[in-house]
Amino acid sequence: MTGCIVVLIICCFMCLYRIAFGPTPSDRIVANDILGIIIVGFCGIFSALSKQDLYMNIALAWALLSFIGSIALSKFLEGRTYDD
Amino acid sequence: MTETIGFILIVCGLIFDFSGCLGLVRLPDVYNRLQSSTKCVTLGTCLILLGAVFYNGINAVGIKAILCIWFIFMTSPTAAHAISRASHKAGYKLWKGSACDKYLEDRQGSLKKEDS
Repeated sequence: MTGCIVVLIICCFMCLYRIAFGPTPSDRIVANDILGIIIVGFCGIFSALSKQDLYMNIALAWALLSFIGSIALSKFLEGRTYDD
Repeated sequence: MTETIGFILIVCGLIFDFSGCLGLVRLPDVYNRLQSSTKCVTLGTCLILLGAVFYNGINAVGIKAILCIWFIFMTSPTAAHAISRASHKAGYKLWKGSACDKYLEDRQGSLKKEDS
């Protein structure tokens, strides 16, 4: 099971590489979205290991906030204001 | 038995996650990266959560994991569509080896219709 967590940590570092060195802001937004979904997978593995539903609550809240953040950032990228 | 099925599902999800993140690093263009990484990581994370359901059985963890699977399947393609549409409208170029750009042709056609 520690091998699963090591693979997910390698995935997180790939996303952090793209956030740090991405040539355009759009790449950074994509990598941020992917990083949020991978952290939901982290919470799934932790709750499968420890058999507690605490981590699954964190996963639900994180999926919600990651989706809303991606939508807000893409509207900002499109050049609109937050009102319309 | 169910723990073995859950472990196999978690390992399949990890393979999908890793290939998606490899595509995020290696591919040349923002649209290619989006297409590779979003699909693979969505399927991989849903397989990991399904593995958690099989690993624990139907209790509080299982029900919340099923809710989370439904939510990720609904929201992740929506976010990817919004990001790609916004970056195309903001004017980020496609890779030079791209074959066609149907969305640009569609937008130019609609602009011509508005003029005439």
